[in-house]
Amino acid sequence: MSAAVDLSTTLGNAWFPSPVFTASGCASSGKELAQFFPLKDIGAVVTKSVMNKPRHGRPTPRMAETPSGMLNSIGLQGPGIDAFLANDVPWLLSQGSRVIVSIAGETIDEYAVLARKIRSTSGISAVEVNISCPNVENRGLVFATDCDTSARVIEGVRKVIGGEIPIIAKLTPDVTNISAVAKSVADAGADGVALINTVLGMVINLDTMKPHLGGKTGGLSGPAIRPVAVRAIYQVHEALPDLPILGMGGVSTGRDALEMILAGASGVSVGTASFGNPTALISIQDELRDLLAQRGFTSLKQAIGYAHR
Amino acid sequence: MSTINKAATQVDATIISNKRIGAYHQIILSVGEAVRHCKPGNFIAIQVGGDSSRMVLRRAFAISRTSESAQFGGTVELIVAPHGSGSKWLCAQGEGAEANVITPLGRAFGIPTEPANALLIGGGYGSAPLFGLADLLKSRGCKVDMVLGASNGSKIYAPMEGKRSVNSLKIFTEDGSMGEMGRVTSQLDAIIAEREIEIIYSCGPMAMLKAITEIADQHGVIHQASVEESMACGIGICMTCVLPVKGEDGSISMKRSCIDGPVMDGSSVCWDLVGKSTEGF
Repeated sequence: MSAAVDLSTTLGNAWFPSPVFTASGCASSGKELAQFFPLKDIGAVVTKSVMNKPRHGRPTPRMAETPSGMLNSIGLQGPGIDAFLANDVPWLLSQGSRVIVSIAGETIDEYAVLARKIRSTSGISAVEVNISCPNVENRGLVFATDCDTSARVIEGVRKVIGGEIPIIAKLTPDVTNISAVAKSVADAGADGVALINTVLGMVINLDTMKPHLGGKTGGLSGPAIRPVAVRAIYQVHEALPDLPILGMGGVSTGRDALEMILAGASGVSVGTASFGNPTALISIQDELRDLLAQRGFTSLKQAIGYAHR
Repeated sequence: MSTINKAATQVDATIISNKRIGAYHQIILSVGEAVRHCKPGNFIAIQVGGDSSRMVLRRAFAISRTSESAQFGGTVELIVAPHGSGSKWLCAQGEGAEANVITPLGRAFGIPTEPANALLIGGGYGSAPLFGLADLLKSRGCKVDMVLGASNGSKIYAPMEGKRSVNSLKIFTEDGSMGEMGRVTSQLDAIIAEREIEIIYSCGPMAMLKAITEIADQHGVIHQASVEESMACGIGICMTCVLPVKGEDGSISMKRSCIDGPVMDGSSVCWDLVGKSTEGF
């Protein structure tokens, strides 16, 4: 059944034909998923968080499956922004894909440097500022655990790129009051927030009786964290109803996507589900369209935040 | 379209047969036309646990052999050790059960353009992909010798019909319960010299692949190693299955064993750096 529902959505001044995106770090740079579906058929590809310099990432083991989820400890392996903008972005654009570039820095200055390089590249729909990656050497690098440092990163990016393409701040749920962090980044110039990054976790290997992951801790993702994400989206939308939210955390069906939209998300990213099923994005998008139609919605926008009405 | 895994397709496969062989299960899956693209060294990623499973990740298995028949269409054979929750689920499935699969995935073994003396070395169920490889090498005029090893005899997988393409087969077990007592590398120096081995193909645990690489390098023999690193996706998007690999310019990069492997040039893998931080190298 192909229901007549307008799935288009906006994040700041960027328009997308569908609210279903890849999640950063779960689609590499898009080429791998392109074997399974045309990338232009989904809302956008959110690329793996890229840093200024090439990076090897953390040692293996880098993953552990957990009940209805997994821990990952990649540590931002990547080619560096120059190679990424030269190779990956043009390829994605050649596929007709909308591109949201996710950036990560070790310092506030590094984010501004990354933003400057993105500004000089045409065709990018939005920038996701990952201030919440759990897989870095120093937990102090998780800017998003503190309102002030979060705001300073966003302000640095805004000064470079503000008003040109939307700035989406990616936040961690590992805080006492996520709405307060969302408010601080919105005040600093973020056009939206991405909720949620993975939840910090650990698995201990009973053979070695030591932490299983090479990086000891990892980020928990998958259906196990979905209720945490729905709660975070609900709380932030309640506190800041005009701030666009890109929701993520364990979405694997159209039902899960609709749940986040009702909680207040304008778009939904799919991550771990693609690991288990490379065509998950397409089935989630199709199921979402049908579920909206069954509930009498003629457009996605009517359903955003419906749980609060 | 992408150049990565360009022959891969996602299909609902049916289990045609599931037999216990020693410590392993031989599972034959009907996968349809995908079989025509499967080469020795490729693998298959299988969704496990059924619809309400708490296991969210696919499981990757080396393809042991392929065939096409009028009755079942294209089939792939897997040798599965029921170790973890996913492989135990798969081994518990009966004939007629369905599973969603993606195949063929990964880089296959490279085949010499001229007939060569090849040595195939398997550790445990790592022997599985070597029998299909042996058939292919023999059909290309290669002389194929094989060495298998495991901790004990029940973990040696060497089917009768698989030995057709093999000129000689030597078995080593650590407890001496089958073949000679020892490891696959115990007589490797002598075997390489006596049989004038030009290329080694291996599949098994990381420590074995490392030991073979050292001996192969001493003899200047090409070594194609099929690595096993835990994967979340099998298709190149999760970045968990990486290994440190030395490039031609000497620089080290973290390569995905799912798409840059599982078959890698043994001498390019920095075995000593596996599991260590390589930042700054």
